[in-house]
Amino acid sequence: MMHWIILPVILPAMLAPVIGFVMRYDITLARTASVFGSALLVAISVALVIIAGDGATHVYELGNWPAPFGIVLVLDRLSALMVLLTNALALIVLIHAIATGWDTRGRHFHALYQFQLMGISGAFLTGDVFNLFVFFEVLLIASYGLMIHSGGTARMRAGLQYVVMNLAGSTLFLFALGTLYASTGTLNIADLAQRMAALPAEEAALARVAAMLLMIVFAVKAALFPVQFWLPNTYANAPAPVAALFAIMTKVGIYAILRVHTVAFGPGIPGTEGLAGTWLFPAAIVTIAVGAFGVLGARRLMPLIGFSVVGSVGTIMVAVAAFSEMATTAALYYLLHSTFAAACLFLVADLVVTRRKSDRLAAAPATIQNGLFAALFFGAAIAMAGMPPLSGFLGKLLVMDALRDPGTIGWAWTAILAGSLLTIVGFARAGSLLFWKSTATAPAVPDPSETPVPEIDAPQPNTATAAQVAPSMAMLGMLVALAVFAGPVSGYLEATSAQLFDRAGYISAVLTPGEEG
Amino acid sequence: MEVIVASTVGVLTAGGVYLMLRLRTFPVILGLAMLSYAVNVFLFSSGRLAIDQAPILSLYEDLSYSDPLPQALVLTAIVISFGMTAVLVMIGLGAYLECETDQIDIESPDTDEAGEDRTEKDAKA
Repeated sequence: MMHWIILPVILPAMLAPVIGFVMRYDITLARTASVFGSALLVAISVALVIIAGDGATHVYELGNWPAPFGIVLVLDRLSALMVLLTNALALIVLIHAIATGWDTRGRHFHALYQFQLMGISGAFLTGDVFNLFVFFEVLLIASYGLMIHSGGTARMRAGLQYVVMNLAGSTLFLFALGTLYASTGTLNIADLAQRMAALPAEEAALARVAAMLLMIVFAVKAALFPVQFWLPNTYANAPAPVAALFAIMTKVGIYAILRVHTVAFGPGIPGTEGLAGTWLFPAAIVTIAVGAFGVLGARRLMPLIGFSVVGSVGTIMVAVAAFSEMATTAALYYLLHSTFAAACLFLVADLVVTRRKSDRLAAAPATIQNGLFAALFFGAAIAMAGMPPLSGFLGKLLVMDALRDPGTIGWAWTAILAGSLLTIVGFARAGSLLFWKSTATAPAVPDPSETPVPEIDAPQPNTATAAQVAPSMAMLGMLVALAVFAGPVSGYLEATSAQLFDRAGYISAVLTPGEEG
Repeated sequence: MEVIVASTVGVLTAGGVYLMLRLRTFPVILGLAMLSYAVNVFLFSSGRLAIDQAPILSLYEDLSYSDPLPQALVLTAIVISFGMTAVLVMIGLGAYLECETDQIDIESPDTDEAGEDRTEKDAKA
């Protein structure tokens, strides 16, 4: 049995307590350990992608208990890719958090960060639905801590909302799992797929309820209409680097829908055939609309980016809802792109907002290095809106190309194209207010009557160092790389979705003992 | 027995949902606690309700036994929901002390006050 598969879970799980307990008073040591751990995770995930590249489904049996009796971790192309995406994103965001000093504005940032990575990687690797619930809780409890990192009135209240929302979601998850177990008698995804395939359609009512409950739970995580409302407020009030890391959290929900509703409840299963797609498609269309109008209407920068994340989730889900290999390939490409684009926007926004009084979209005196920030924001914004030459354009093109079914083409193309237009307008307005009109505003005329004690707690406008700009540049670089290497990447993704839809291969790899040496 | 268990789950869930919609920290915490009780009882019954059965396999004779998996699931769920409730209480207390209100709903994300508060606090820290 290959032990590499569990390393993305074990390594942060070991590192986090050491950082939390041993290095709590030495920020340099904690930073070094955290960066070292994240870099090691990136290396491990690259190795996992190479291992998974052989096309086989690798299984790790915890405690050597064979599935479905024990818990298994399953490594295939999709989970390897998601783990690599998580860790690459996390390393870049971590460097940003360190360079801008966010990690010193509260306690235990690095320990929570590692626990967060453990939860996310675990959720991507697990082959058991109950274990997925456990990893969801691990990543959520770490995210609660990160969300309220460094405190503040608005952040505490938004954090409380976020916690309550997710606890309600977790309870629903447990109800879904109970129903699933009562109707099928198993919680292992492969075993579930096998039993669902054998279940005649007329006896599958309870299993359909469970499938829909699970979809609602994953939709809460993915921020899909009608349960998307928690996202803009949460992302707007989270510390900016944490919001950038949260760009992967919505993808956990999308991944879960892709995995569970393709393998266990997907096409060809008599009991739940077409069930998920029927509901996902309209929800995704409305999600795109909500995101686009939100971008257009936002009056602050951080909620604006939050709404653009909602819109990108909608675009991904429109493609996922088709449940076909080609559409899934497109969805995965757009998923990679939108993760980096959203994170890039949050990092650039952090650089800008910490140098302005607030993130309100209004003309204010230009900050130092206005041109640099404007250029970075422009790059990230056109990527998010889906303009050439960055990968957003290719991603949307792939999604639209995959959705040629005459029944859905009208809605899907209209939503994606109109949504892109509104997003472009929204970002253009934000960019011109923040960077362009600002140069026309008189720089900092101190008015003694209005501000009696000026600048007492605002940070002195300071030049961004190379280390502070580099992470945003790296994110942009990822988007450029995705566009330049679109051929090889989509080739890999085609193989990924072919493997995802190969239900028999997944089942035999997980359930046949000794298949994986 | 089925009726009692089912109505217990139903009443607990209804109470939990009602309390959660009160949008004040304390009722919401109580509501979530009730919901987690409801879900624990529900998970128990997902392995079929049975009485007078061996908990696991009997060593001595061929008896029918109750399904042990839901019990393990419930145990995990209890531990997690207990921990989460503790976290929620701490965050709720922190938010209450910080904001001097225990309302859970907040203004639209666009309000200026929230933005001002946030950046000032960040700068101070």
